[in-house]
Amino acid sequence: ERGHGPYQPHEPGYGLYQPGYSPYDDQIPDPNSRMLAIQNAKAYLLKSSTTSGLNLYDHLANMLTKILDEQPTNAVDIIENISKDVKWAQFQKKMDTLRDEHEILPTFEAAEKRKALFLKANGERNEELEEEIGESPLPNVMETAFYFEQAGIGLSKDESYHIFLALKNLISVQPIQTCRFWGKILGLEMNYIIAEVQYHEGEEEEETEEEEVIEEKGKGMGEVEDEDEKKEKDEPPKSTYKPPPVIPKEENGTGANKYVYFVCNEPGKPWVKLPPVTPAQIVCARKIKKFFTGRLDAPVVSFPPFPGNEANYLRAQIARISAGTQVSPIGFYQFSEEEGEEEEEEGGGRDTYEENPDFQPLSVAEMVDSLATWVHHRQSILNQGRCVWLNPFQKSEEEEAEEEEEEKPEEPDEVQREIGPPLLTPLSEDEGIQNIPAWTAQPSTNLIPQHAIAVLQSNRWPGAYAFASGKKFDNIYFGWGHKYSPENHTPALPLPVQAEYPSGPEIAETRDPTLEEELAFKAAREEALAAAEEEEDEEDVEDDEEDDDD
Amino acid sequence: SLNCVEWSLLPPATEEMVAQAKQLKGRFQGDPSFEYKYTEINAEERLFEDGKEPMIKEESRLVATIEQIDRAVGIIPRGAFVKTPLGSVHENRNFEGLSLTEAKKLSSYFHFTEPVNLKNKTLLEKADLDPSTDFLDSLEHDIPQGSWAVQLEKGGTVVVLRSLLWLGLTFYHVPMTKQYGYVYFGTGEKNLDLPFML
Repeated sequence: ERGHGPYQPHEPGYGLYQPGYSPYDDQIPDPNSRMLAIQNAKAYLLKSSTTSGLNLYDHLANMLTKILDEQPTNAVDIIENISKDVKWAQFQKKMDTLRDEHEILPTFEAAEKRKALFLKANGERNEELEEEIGESPLPNVMETAFYFEQAGIGLSKDESYHIFLALKNLISVQPIQTCRFWGKILGLEMNYIIAEVQYHEGEEEEETEEEEVIEEKGKGMGEVEDEDEKKEKDEPPKSTYKPPPVIPKEENGTGANKYVYFVCNEPGKPWVKLPPVTPAQIVCARKIKKFFTGRLDAPVVSFPPFPGNEANYLRAQIARISAGTQVSPIGFYQFSEEEGEEEEEEGGGRDTYEENPDFQPLSVAEMVDSLATWVHHRQSILNQGRCVWLNPFQKSEEEEAEEEEEEKPEEPDEVQREIGPPLLTPLSEDEGIQNIPAWTAQPSTNLIPQHAIAVLQSNRWPGAYAFASGKKFDNIYFGWGHKYSPENHTPALPLPVQAEYPSGPEIAETRDPTLEEELAFKAAREEALAAAEEEEDEEDVEDDEEDDDD
Repeated sequence: SLNCVEWSLLPPATEEMVAQAKQLKGRFQGDPSFEYKYTEINAEERLFEDGKEPMIKEESRLVATIEQIDRAVGIIPRGAFVKTPLGSVHENRNFEGLSLTEAKKLSSYFHFTEPVNLKNKTLLEKADLDPSTDFLDSLEHDIPQGSWAVQLEKGGTVVVLRSLLWLGLTFYHVPMTKQYGYVYFGTGEKNLDLPFML
């Protein structure tokens, strides 16, 4: 490269190394030959390079012109860069005549994808639109973004608008009753944009097929075990481990699965529905803390092993965050008037609420001052992983029939009924972490109290925000999707090593007898033998005598 | 500043402050004169040594945290700063930004602090370095591996790097331009669970 080779300062000009060039004489004795030398030098400078068609003379001239025009400070330090820039400028001109393949910028590709959002849906729904405009399930994302922006939270206007259009797309595709922009969860490679949705009643796709298949497999396993027991006892001891009963997940539409969630990585990409969450997943998600990668099918490698892939982990975290941080001003929702049938088995948790038509909004100052003016409107998740407690040991009829064939297992202890805080509890009852309150409330501005809005930040789930202003309120989440703990995360220790065999005399090793014991044992045996021989001798003698008599 | 209107100058950080602040856990309170008390097991030993109660004010903690963040995760794109043969470092006026392919690689970003790992590189790697621009630690060898999340936003026009060690540190750069910078929005706590989370 230029500049790395050895300089030969007596050569006229620092030149590109020209192969085949012969060094010039550095002795210039008298004026005539000096003129000749100068002409030779200039001729050399004008000599075109074989590779790029430029010549050094023009290049130097351009460079000096540029330097004198711009007059940068410390020109000598950046002269190589100036030279490079001049060459680059030359280069560009030539490219105009050559039309290379048009480089497709990734920006362009991304823009193409987003363009699809901006096109109006082809006239299928035009007629219905007019009727439904009053009841459109589409949330007003821009309005929410405006309010959150006042608190300093939110995405850029661009992105909010794209999300808005993407939600509109979602609604036109799926039969949706209510829809809400839940938030954005950051991931390593890509981020997730999440929409919370409720289907029209009765229009939901049922996934019972999968469940039936799993149940059949389970029963098949049970039968195989029966056969094993009836085999000979030479088989290795049968494991007495009975896995704790699988707690069934809550029905779609209730409890933790009340809402259905759709995610996409970027607005413009297709929305993917997240599977409903099972209590086992929630329980496990509480014990692990992992970053999301951005790909829904990525495995979640952790201990204790998480049942499912990233889509399930994401759904479990969303469920936990929603249960912990979805709040509304007090009075906005109220329990429905009908007492209805409170099922006795499942406990007194009411899980329906409706908007209060007589809602009187509290002033912003009141909302900020006391946390009692906010209430949770989502059921909290119990330790079991469900919102409504279910006794796992209630046996169905089928299970009882199977048990009669098998040996009766030991009855485990009665499981205690778990009760969580009832719906619509105010936030002041939320327990803080150490000495930090669970929520921090602030008005959005102190300067203009008439138009300020009350903003609530969660300290337990950093990234969860809620705002209220008059009759409007909303919740949102922007963050990594993890709970806050001031202590470091300690992973669950591995279970203690299980005993392989129940210990008993047949396999227990006894100590080898010592020498004295052996000798004593031997002596005792010899005595016994001697005594036995004496008896035999006596008998023989008696027999002989009897024979002799004859 | 607490309200972006009145600003107060923070004192520069000293090593002692940093060492003390490393032991504090938990959120900031929001009051610069709040005093933390240590709840350490060997607090008694400290009393004997120092003869004074171990307390640290929140503003020292704040200063120390800022210093830690800058030191650990303050980054610049490669080529933005140059080192002269005399040893002084200053801004490269000719820096025109990274190209799009370069911007996606972690090796084109450097920590903006005294280099620690530079001398440990093999001689072969050192031969490839350009001493005027490659005089800082690159992000590639950060421990633990993968503690940075690189993303392209806005259709590929902006590169965003997020640190996972200090959650909330975001570095942005618009390729092929001179714009870059980093900001921190967060709770001011180091994410010590990082190895479990990757």
